[in-house]
Amino acid sequence: MWRDARLIAAKDLRVEWVSRVLTTQVVPFGLLVLILFGFGISPDLQTFEPGEATSKVAVLEQVAPGLFWLAVLFSALLAIGRSFAIEAVDGNLDALRLAGLDPAGIFLGKAGAVLVELLLLEVVLGFGSFVLYGAPLDNAVLLVTVVVSATVGIASAGTLYAALAAGLRVRDTLVPLLLLPVLAPVLLGASLATEAALFGPASDGWPWLAALGAFAVLYLGAGILAFGSLLEDS
Amino acid sequence: MTTTGVKGSSEHHDAGNDRSAHTGTRGSRTLGIVTLVSVAVLLLFALVVSPPEATQGDAARLFYIHVPSAIVCLYLAFSITLVGSIMYLWKGTIGWDLIAGSAAEVGVLFLFFTLVTGMLWGKPTWGTYWQWDPRLTSTAVSFVLYLGYLAVRRLDMDPVLRSRRAAVLGIVSFANLIIVRYSVQWWRSLHQGPTLDPLDMQISGVMLFTWVFGVFTMLLVFSWLLLHRFRVAWLEHQLAEAGIDVAIRERRNEAGGDAALGGAI
Repeated sequence: MWRDARLIAAKDLRVEWVSRVLTTQVVPFGLLVLILFGFGISPDLQTFEPGEATSKVAVLEQVAPGLFWLAVLFSALLAIGRSFAIEAVDGNLDALRLAGLDPAGIFLGKAGAVLVELLLLEVVLGFGSFVLYGAPLDNAVLLVTVVVSATVGIASAGTLYAALAAGLRVRDTLVPLLLLPVLAPVLLGASLATEAALFGPASDGWPWLAALGAFAVLYLGAGILAFGSLLEDS
Repeated sequence: MTTTGVKGSSEHHDAGNDRSAHTGTRGSRTLGIVTLVSVAVLLLFALVVSPPEATQGDAARLFYIHVPSAIVCLYLAFSITLVGSIMYLWKGTIGWDLIAGSAAEVGVLFLFFTLVTGMLWGKPTWGTYWQWDPRLTSTAVSFVLYLGYLAVRRLDMDPVLRSRRAAVLGIVSFANLIIVRYSVQWWRSLHQGPTLDPLDMQISGVMLFTWVFGVFTMLLVFSWLLLHRFRVAWLEHQLAEAGIDVAIRERRNEAGGDAALGGAI
């Protein structure tokens, strides 16, 4: 299973490396979303700092964690769709199965490749949010663990749902409809935990981190179990 | 459901089989009548017999339909979808798949009803249709979640493959229902100010009876709709199968005719 997973992940990352779709299309899209949020919420809009009635702070800075994760989610839809678009042509999914690969391994491999891509994307978008929205950083350890565990959840749930819609003509419209409500809890947890990591206190973030971890484990398990019956006869 | 799918083949005897088919039987008609009477009695109790609530007045009457319909869709309908999906993946019988799909469809209807009555109730108690109340918010997300399930059920693809994917989705959606519910509750519990909870009221006597009767009535309405939805789904399934058989036979006849023609020339 792990050997198959490594093979698949390496293959997907090699395809990405050659085609450069991630760096030339998905990442710029994510940055564009970050800028558009700035247009939607005026940068001049100010609010009182939570718990204080005197000092004011930009709304954009306050909502930066949520905007960052929304931009990640939208970009992730593209990356996840792409992960199965490359398998849809020429009966590639059948070829993978004919090659005798373990379905659980295929799932882990594809989710792993998406995870690596999303983490790269998040580094760029995180830097972009930092520059554009200007939020402080209180606890770097919390931030990194939150980003990793939330992304494992997004990648595994995304891979499972993308497989469900693989090879369909309506794939591009179906995957967002199926996936976004599922990822709503991840958006909630990741935004609140990131907020705690940026503005403090970090103690607010740890319970949400545990929830994100539980979500990731749950979807990894569901994918490993269900992938066989999703790939069968596809 | 008549023979629309096999038009132009009236000369085939089996094409007329479904002509007398309908989704009612003696049992389901009785159930339908009992349901209608219950709805009438419920309306009578909810609107006339039971007194207005102490703090919320007449608005609290929504309690008698809002909560029962929420119970029916969130606990019963989607549980049936879960069980049907598991059984379909295990046994592979099409009946389980149709039950899962029918329950989800009726469940989404109840969920929508719950959402609308919840918002209508929000207006007099909160002063606004929408408050980021944990129950209302998670219900809205659940609604979209199951709309996605229904969207997969109507995909234009191989029926067996579609049923299998729908079954996987039916199972995962139930887990999501629980995750969404708890995460939204947790999320709102952090920020919640002193909002008035409309459900927080003491009821007894006639009001309690009306509420219990409301649950009973909603169960009846649900069973009746589910029964008919399942039968329609079953007929659709049979029609699809018969349609393929008829089409194959027509093709064979055409081919046979051509072959005879070719032979004659």
